[in-house]
Amino acid sequence: MSATPIGWEVVIGLETHTQLSCASKIFSGSPTTFGAAPNTQASVVDLALPGTLPVLNRDAVEKAIMFGLAVGGTIAPYSVFARKNYFYPDLPKGYQISQFEWPVVVGGKVAIVLDGVEKTVQLTRAHLEEDAGKSLHEGLETMGVSGIDLNRAGTPLLEIVTEPDMRSAAEAVAYAKALHGLVTWLGICDGNMQEGSFRCDANVSVRPTGQKEYGTRCEIKNVNSFRFLERAIEYEIRRQIELIEDGGRVVQETRLYDADRDETRSMRSKEDAMDYRYFPDPDLLPLVIDAAWIERVKSAMPELPAVMSKRFISEHHLSSYDAHLLTASKATSTYFINMVATGVSAKTVTKWINGEIANFLNREGIAIDDPQMPSKHLMMRLMASEARGEITFASARNLFRSWCEQLDQQLIKLGEAIGQEIEQSQWQRYLDEKGLRSVSDISTIEKIVDEVLAANPKSVEEFKSGKEKAFQSLVGQVMKASKGKANPAQANEILKKKLST
Amino acid sequence: MTRDFSSLHHQSLTQLRAALDTKKISALELAEYFLVRAETNTDLNAFLHIDRDLTLAEARAADAQIASGNITALTGIPIAHKDIFVTQQWRTTAGSRMLENYVSPFDATVVEKLKTAGMVCLGKLNCDEFAMGSSNENSAFGAVKNPWDRSRIPGGSSGGSAAAVAAGLAPAATGTDTGGSLRQPAAMCGITAIKPTYGTVSRYGMVAFASSLDQGGPMAKSAEDCALLLDAMIGFDAKDSTSVATLDKYKTPISARLLTAFALTSRADASVSRPLAGVRIGVPQEFFGEGLSSEIAQAVDAALAEFEKLGAVRVEISLPRTSLSIPVYYVIAPAEASSNLSRFDGVRYGHRAAEYKNLADMIGKSRAEGLGAEVKRRILVGAYVLSHGYYDAYYLQAQKVRRLISQDFQEAFKKCDFIMGPVAPTTAWKMGEKSNDPVAMYLEDIYTLGVSLAGLPGMSVPCGFGHNGMPIGLQIMGNYFEEARMLAAAHQYQLATDWHTRSPEAFQ
Repeated sequence: MSATPIGWEVVIGLETHTQLSCASKIFSGSPTTFGAAPNTQASVVDLALPGTLPVLNRDAVEKAIMFGLAVGGTIAPYSVFARKNYFYPDLPKGYQISQFEWPVVVGGKVAIVLDGVEKTVQLTRAHLEEDAGKSLHEGLETMGVSGIDLNRAGTPLLEIVTEPDMRSAAEAVAYAKALHGLVTWLGICDGNMQEGSFRCDANVSVRPTGQKEYGTRCEIKNVNSFRFLERAIEYEIRRQIELIEDGGRVVQETRLYDADRDETRSMRSKEDAMDYRYFPDPDLLPLVIDAAWIERVKSAMPELPAVMSKRFISEHHLSSYDAHLLTASKATSTYFINMVATGVSAKTVTKWINGEIANFLNREGIAIDDPQMPSKHLMMRLMASEARGEITFASARNLFRSWCEQLDQQLIKLGEAIGQEIEQSQWQRYLDEKGLRSVSDISTIEKIVDEVLAANPKSVEEFKSGKEKAFQSLVGQVMKASKGKANPAQANEILKKKLST
Repeated sequence: MTRDFSSLHHQSLTQLRAALDTKKISALELAEYFLVRAETNTDLNAFLHIDRDLTLAEARAADAQIASGNITALTGIPIAHKDIFVTQQWRTTAGSRMLENYVSPFDATVVEKLKTAGMVCLGKLNCDEFAMGSSNENSAFGAVKNPWDRSRIPGGSSGGSAAAVAAGLAPAATGTDTGGSLRQPAAMCGITAIKPTYGTVSRYGMVAFASSLDQGGPMAKSAEDCALLLDAMIGFDAKDSTSVATLDKYKTPISARLLTAFALTSRADASVSRPLAGVRIGVPQEFFGEGLSSEIAQAVDAALAEFEKLGAVRVEISLPRTSLSIPVYYVIAPAEASSNLSRFDGVRYGHRAAEYKNLADMIGKSRAEGLGAEVKRRILVGAYVLSHGYYDAYYLQAQKVRRLISQDFQEAFKKCDFIMGPVAPTTAWKMGEKSNDPVAMYLEDIYTLGVSLAGLPGMSVPCGFGHNGMPIGLQIMGNYFEEARMLAAAHQYQLATDWHTRSPEAFQ
């Protein structure tokens, strides 16, 4: 991650198209399942056959209301669907139905945490619209034709637009992740970026530090992962600054990100920008949402992450940082709640989720409910044993890592244990067989300590002359000698006792 | 055995019902009778698509229903549809080269409802391309001739429908009205038609011209026939978001209220000879100004006098923005049309140019070849008034004035039950007379546009003839959802007069 050059300020706003997880399309009854054979999910309405008319999907509206409530925005009592007119083969009606002047959600905010610092990103609006179809070229070149797949045409989208509030690529990514966490939390979007369920366009501009006016912005499209979002913005920042420093001017345009080359390329300039001739769609009545409807949606909403986070802090005495991490996604919070319900202390569970588990998930780029994660039952036994001191944290961590890498043949042999409930006796046998049980027998530990002290006279000397660091090194030696199985607290105590005599 | 069915085309739907019920004729024979008339009068160019086999199959199905006793008032009665309603079995062209060979995979709601009611489809009727026109000269498949004088236009855009009914090629027809397309051709061909309140007849399956104005309705020989047809056409349709939920007003069939609609008001002096006693008829002064031909003024005045004889009273009213309805309509309708017709791009269906260089060229050429001059003119006007920098001055301004026009009507309805006046300033003109002057053609719509912009119901009732022998229509306008009382008033007028029974000499 490159830092912004000194003397420059970066201004970023994001427009995110979230595909609402509705069973049917926004203006027709066609299903929205991803990956079906081309044009098998396109009805006469989606094909824009003569005489067809749109009928608004109530579920899409309720998902928009839910989002508006979750971000603390205003649910517009009156919003209007407009037509955005342009010709394109995968746009069957010759216009896209979208909310323009009167969006369904106005305002709202999303909290992000970056390097432990909390920041709020203001939302401008969120509006409902329909997706277009897809033009297909691959595999058809030899026939000299292009294909049109209208399965996606009419898929409900909620476009969420921020104010130009972000000041770095990292902030933009933090926002995108927070938003992704929120919409999946609410269950209004499946969040699948590969399938295009969550697509970010970034408006990026730069200006000399201290300048009040915004610089000329470019819109970057075609970014389908958080990593690419960060890289695309980083590239664009560099491009713009270099351009200006070389005496050039940034031209307002839409640029496509090319992940293979890691660069953005001009797609169309403002001069080519079409006049979309927006006007209210006369086929649809204004969308009127009354207080009672909002109340009904509210009552069916899951507890929001911010609320849950506060609850975790008060119920489990967690730090706000830990609580924030635990509520970053629905899956994570559910994992935490389920684990705590088995009797493992919240402190232990938090330590694991925000520590070892998070490391593993980040490395693999997966979520906590991914099948690659060791089963919940195994994790429950592991955490409980670690909490009780049956195994040391070091052993537990090694065990977890071996599970993650699926190196533990013995566990795999246990077979039925994976993903199923594990009897306490079965688990204890497993620990014995692995020889992982922590050593808390005093005489054994004393023996090890004696050996370590005898082998490290230099460290002993240093400690006695006042170097605290030497003590830690001796503890490390004891743990190493016990293959990580010595109870660290006991080892500490015995070591101290022996050194002070 | 051959039976003499001559003059069946002069009979009302009620009379045809009786003939079917008493087995004087079968639905098959009735369909055959009208098919022959349609096939032998092709010079009118009223029909675009006829398919005997399809029609006769529907007639046989109707006969089976009649035999089973499971019938409606319309079972077995033939009807023809304006080619703007999509049909699964007949092609649907909307009068455009663009859709020359288009077959819809579904029936329009109106078509489906009338079919469900047991009506037999005779085929599809000519109209101005995408319903854009006042003379039916804009059809890609040739102009329709007026049965009263083949050198004259039948009116538009439902010209084929009006001509077919006037010539007795079909006992009834469907039409659509965006700015007068049901009422004006009805007036010019001497038949009766009603454009109901916007939202009462589903637009699903009507090839869209201007969505906020388009409204389907029936065309027939009398108010009584129109009432029977309208009963079968109206109703909430979940497939049309602008469809209105069925009101209590429509729970009792309109056709059953033709004689009772006014009795319900229990006016003290109501009597058999004065069935419309106390009914207030608003006469807008703006409908009788410059531009109205004197013979039409006289015919309408005579009709109003007839209503007075029936007990109604005249009230002077004003619709001050009548003249503004022309510019307002010719901003809003083209704006919506420019967007509605964007789907005709040659990509999925319809005409596609044979040769093209690239994608934009394909869409451009397909549209250039597939769409006619008047359609292109309106698309250009519509795209212009919606474009950046002009939207506020044209489209938004037009919407504001549209609201004021609606308010004018509501003010007027505080003083009267109905508003009456002419349908058009002139009788049917000669073919080609106004073809090169679109503005002159647009001015012909002055009396019908207001009702369309306000979404109100309006109808046309024959009320006389001009010196050229061409029919004249009286326009009856009502408040929202007042179709039953409008048809009841028109029915009383038709019981007292015989203009609606006249038919052109050549089609006796």
